[in-house]
Amino acid sequence: MSILVNKDTKVIVQGFTGKEATFHSEQCIAYGTQIVGGVTPNKGGQTHLGKPVFNTVKAAVEATGATVSMIFVPPAFVGDAVMEAADAGIELAVIITEGAPVKDMMYAKAYATKKGMKTIGPNCPGIITAEECKLGIMPGQIFKKGNVGLISKSGTLTYEGANQVVKEGFGITTAVGIGGDPIIGLSYKQLLPMFENDPETEAIVMIGEIGGDLEIQAAKFIKENITKPVVAFIAGQTAPKGKRMGHAGAIVSGSAGTAAEKMAALEAAGVKVVKSPAEIGKAVKEVLSK
Amino acid sequence: MNIHEYQAKQIFKEYGVPTPRGIVANSVQEAVNAAKELGGNIWVVKAQIHAGGRGLGGGVKLAKSIEEVEKYADEILGMTLVTHQTGPEGKVVHKVYIEEGADIKDEFYLGVVLDRAKEMPVIMASTEGGMEIEKVAEETPEKIVKVAVDPAIGFQGFHGRELVFGLGITDKAEQRKFIEFAQKLFTIYMDKDVELIEINPLIRTGSGDFLALDAKMGFDDSALYRHPDIEAMRDISEEDPDEREAAEHGLSYVSLDGEIGCMVNGAGLAMGTMDTINYVGGTPANFLDVGGKATAETVAKGFEIILRNPKVKSIFVNIFGGIVRCDRIANGILEATKMVDVKVPVVVRLDGTNAPEAAEILKNANIQNVISATDLLDGAKKAVAAAKGENQ
Repeated sequence: MSILVNKDTKVIVQGFTGKEATFHSEQCIAYGTQIVGGVTPNKGGQTHLGKPVFNTVKAAVEATGATVSMIFVPPAFVGDAVMEAADAGIELAVIITEGAPVKDMMYAKAYATKKGMKTIGPNCPGIITAEECKLGIMPGQIFKKGNVGLISKSGTLTYEGANQVVKEGFGITTAVGIGGDPIIGLSYKQLLPMFENDPETEAIVMIGEIGGDLEIQAAKFIKENITKPVVAFIAGQTAPKGKRMGHAGAIVSGSAGTAAEKMAALEAAGVKVVKSPAEIGKAVKEVLSK
Repeated sequence: MNIHEYQAKQIFKEYGVPTPRGIVANSVQEAVNAAKELGGNIWVVKAQIHAGGRGLGGGVKLAKSIEEVEKYADEILGMTLVTHQTGPEGKVVHKVYIEEGADIKDEFYLGVVLDRAKEMPVIMASTEGGMEIEKVAEETPEKIVKVAVDPAIGFQGFHGRELVFGLGITDKAEQRKFIEFAQKLFTIYMDKDVELIEINPLIRTGSGDFLALDAKMGFDDSALYRHPDIEAMRDISEEDPDEREAAEHGLSYVSLDGEIGCMVNGAGLAMGTMDTINYVGGTPANFLDVGGKATAETVAKGFEIILRNPKVKSIFVNIFGGIVRCDRIANGILEATKMVDVKVPVVVRLDGTNAPEAAEILKNANIQNVISATDLLDGAKKAVAAAKGENQ
């Protein structure tokens, strides 16, 4: 078992024929992901990486029965692409592109929600169900199959966390990179219950960072609803106020959004909070051997 | 990207948001001319820097004669203004804004910002104008009126009514003026891909008009490509030269106070690396995200920028190789050490794809200053030890 995607998930790629999309789609196919086609306007009818290319998402969905889309279009077209996917009946859009305007995401997310389409990202590494389906830019070989679910705002910390979990002799069910932009799709609060309900997941790793209050909301949710052990790390304990740390959302404004505040809330919710990402693997081992 | 008060007020003018009349000046002579052109017998001379708290730092002066305008402009232009938002090093003032005096009856706060939880803009207003809004939020949160506006329906009458009744504005003419003011501000927020607009204070005059006495605006960097008019307002002198240079090379850099330079791929891991250095008893000198590529050129540029900081005693390169293989990154790091004269010890931790091959490359290169680490914790410890001058 896993959450959201598995070996049977049929995927199309929006912006399929672009350089980045081509490179990563090839890796996804090699991992075993069922990419059934792609969309690039004006290239409909061509074949790319052995898969059919369509002019519109609607045409791609009709021809392939895809339910998930991986979005690689340039930042200026992300909003449009997300809304097109929602309009065509896609159930989950994974948005990899970095640098989409916040306003565009505001409209796109609202429309996706209205159409019942889930989104992941933007500006994220994607989602991977170990040894079944990789949708994104993460190095697949790190993610060995196991019993730990992972949710992270940061790409490389997802890899770091997964790698440690595997080195400790465990593995991953599904890992989701939710991204660090001000407006994102699925967040901790929506993903935690999915892992709670997944019979194979026995522990959850949650990696957050400074800015916003998603981790605070997650802490409240965990306290009331999650029975499986959770290990958390919040990046940016040493980040100064008012300075943006790479991600558009990673900024401490006023007294809100600090790592200390988030760590305290999670600890109060019974989460095993570690002070360094180097301790994630050990903490997972500890909670799983209880 | 942030802009100056006088630039924000230009945008306000385009949209009919009322502001006092004013003229920007680059020299004392221009300031005097500006005051004469504005006329009247009272002017405000305001330092133009990208930071709040200018008044307390001595950057805003009330002049009651042309001679005083001249005197204050002379004092303020070229001064290093230190406020709670500039950091202890302060900011040099290159421009002053000469504004006509205003008849202040009382002061409000009005701002528009993204509410991340609601995923829509929220208009914030308060009767506690002139005070820092964060302070108001902490001490008297009931004095802040928050009205979220769904962009799908836009600013409606009820949004305006919630604002004026929340603020206790009872005069009907004043209600109408305030609602119009807020509506225009919301339009600017949406039109220009604004990240934050703050007017503090927004004043009510003796005759019941509302005027933006101050104006602060920041924009979504990702949307600047569709606003060349805003991009043209960029003031390079306001930006940290190292941060700017880093950005031009695709690096994200923020300077900090510690001793250990950090070079990491990915923003989260970069913060996590700083936290780990702190965890093992060291202090990070910077945040530096080299992005997804970590080529010899980007690593060399990173070394160059990190080493400009004289406090740096060692460097920790922490790369998790994903799609980009570690052996290639190791070669890139070796090349970079040839391009830049790295005088401090460099601890390198490469993990992920082809990590053993990378360790072999570093070992065989046998460069004196390069120390190899096996994992994040090991790397952080070695970097802290190296900064203290301890042998490995």
